[in-house]
Amino acid sequence: MPNRKLFSGPVPFLKPAVFVGSLFPFVALAIRAARGQLGANPIATGLNQLGLVALVFLVASLACTPLKLLFGWTWPIRIRRMLGLFAFFYALLHVATYSGVDQGFDWKAILADVTKRKFIFVGFAAFVLLIPLAATSTDKMVRRLGFARWKLLHRLAYGAAILGVIHFIWRVKKDLSQPMIFAVLLAALLAVRILDSLGLLRRAQPKVVHQDRLAKVNPD
Amino acid sequence: MAKLPNEPSSEITPQPLYLRRREFIKNAALFAGTATAVGGGLLWVMSGGRADAPEPASPPPDAQPPAPRAAHAEPIAPPAPGSPYGTDEAMTPYKDVTGYNNFYEFGVDKTDPASNAGTLRPRPWTVSIEGEVNKPQILDIDTLLGWFPLEERIYRMRCVEAWSMVIPWLGFPLASLVKRVEPTSRAKYLAFTTLLDPKQMPGQRSHVLDWPYVEGLRIDEAMHPLAMLVTGLYGKSLPNPNGAPLRLVVPWKYGFKGIKSIVKIRFVEQQPPTTWSLAAANEYGFYANVNPEVDHPRWSQATERRIGEYRRRKTLPFNGYGEWVASLYTGMDLRRNF
Repeated sequence: MPNRKLFSGPVPFLKPAVFVGSLFPFVALAIRAARGQLGANPIATGLNQLGLVALVFLVASLACTPLKLLFGWTWPIRIRRMLGLFAFFYALLHVATYSGVDQGFDWKAILADVTKRKFIFVGFAAFVLLIPLAATSTDKMVRRLGFARWKLLHRLAYGAAILGVIHFIWRVKKDLSQPMIFAVLLAALLAVRILDSLGLLRRAQPKVVHQDRLAKVNPD
Repeated sequence: MAKLPNEPSSEITPQPLYLRRREFIKNAALFAGTATAVGGGLLWVMSGGRADAPEPASPPPDAQPPAPRAAHAEPIAPPAPGSPYGTDEAMTPYKDVTGYNNFYEFGVDKTDPASNAGTLRPRPWTVSIEGEVNKPQILDIDTLLGWFPLEERIYRMRCVEAWSMVIPWLGFPLASLVKRVEPTSRAKYLAFTTLLDPKQMPGQRSHVLDWPYVEGLRIDEAMHPLAMLVTGLYGKSLPNPNGAPLRLVVPWKYGFKGIKSIVKIRFVEQQPPTTWSLAAANEYGFYANVNPEVDHPRWSQATERRIGEYRRRKTLPFNGYGEWVASLYTGMDLRRNF
């Protein structure tokens, strides 16, 4: 008789489901672009939406550890790498849309933008910080770097998220409500990590049964 | 005793597989639910937290232009070719002119005016003319429209956000009104005010700007024949999202100078405050002349995207009207007076 626990955990469906759901924005934007449904200024709309989605993924990837610390949930850790890679994927599309579609690969104008406009500079810096993280996202790279060094390197994700939120705040003309939601979320996530590292946070016990299932089903 | 159907034992699903089947269905349901929740949540964030993204407004079914409210027997003369009052550039489609613009009184998204401006009531409407004039008065909008023949003018509109349109406006020169109300010698500036009524303009319940919206012009700018008070576009009465029933259009300045739904024009001696320079004085000046040489602190003004076009195009000084308006600013440092 098979171990029924093996199949009742949340794991078998979790990664594929998050993967499919994470592609929704890409598919929706592609369909709307092909049908000419991105409104009067489709390039600006596409650019804004890709940037927004990249930031959502970046903040979501940074929420995984705090969720474990606060509530003992371990399943977010399982999808953290995927969330981070989707953040990079959408950031890459955002940057490609800006350079290729918006600026028409006018490198002089792009260079002038990146160096002269602080809002573009911080956005570009956020993207650059994500490159080494995406490049070292494989298990092999974790082993090669050693976990401690890898972990240190991946703290850059916080830098990228902070710069990404600043990029958003400096971009909007007047209404700061949307970027402020990201700023508050990010500050809260950082606060959990800081309190924890100072030993001021009472960590929730990881859900043991749950972890047991995780270990058996998905020992990667 | 009835004989029970007896399946060959080879067709009986083994119990482990039977149990897996139930798990499989459960996991399939959890998969679908999680994927939908993740994807749906992302789409919800992309739509700005609304249930559905508004579609750009399309022209009303009776797309034939109704006669402007004020009765005009004579046909409206089209702009003479080669004059600054017209252009042979392609006009921006009606649905984009009315479906994509800034009018923060109805929300901060550029599709918000089209979605939300239905609450604005452009009749009855009065405009107060006050301050340094010999003939101060409170005017009914239809009286005002009867004073001057309407003209069609096709102007470029350059938004400070680096997009642009070409719009056939219907209206009359601001100069005609200024002359008629007889400014005194102390009238150096005009100060315009938009309606303040959060019931009609729900965006005014948010404190994103200081309400009501105010704008201003130097009196020589206001007297320039290109400066226009607008009551319609595309041969029709001005749609609510575009600032019904009366708005300003100053084609050599950034779009935000074109104050909408005007209820007051005051003639004053001192330069009046203007909403965007109150909000961010380092980013938006009083003059706000279109100038590719003076960048917005956060983005370049050298190029613009014409709505409907793929490639950016170069922005022209004074939005291409320099030949006619540059002399207004002789001797002024336009970097400082941006």
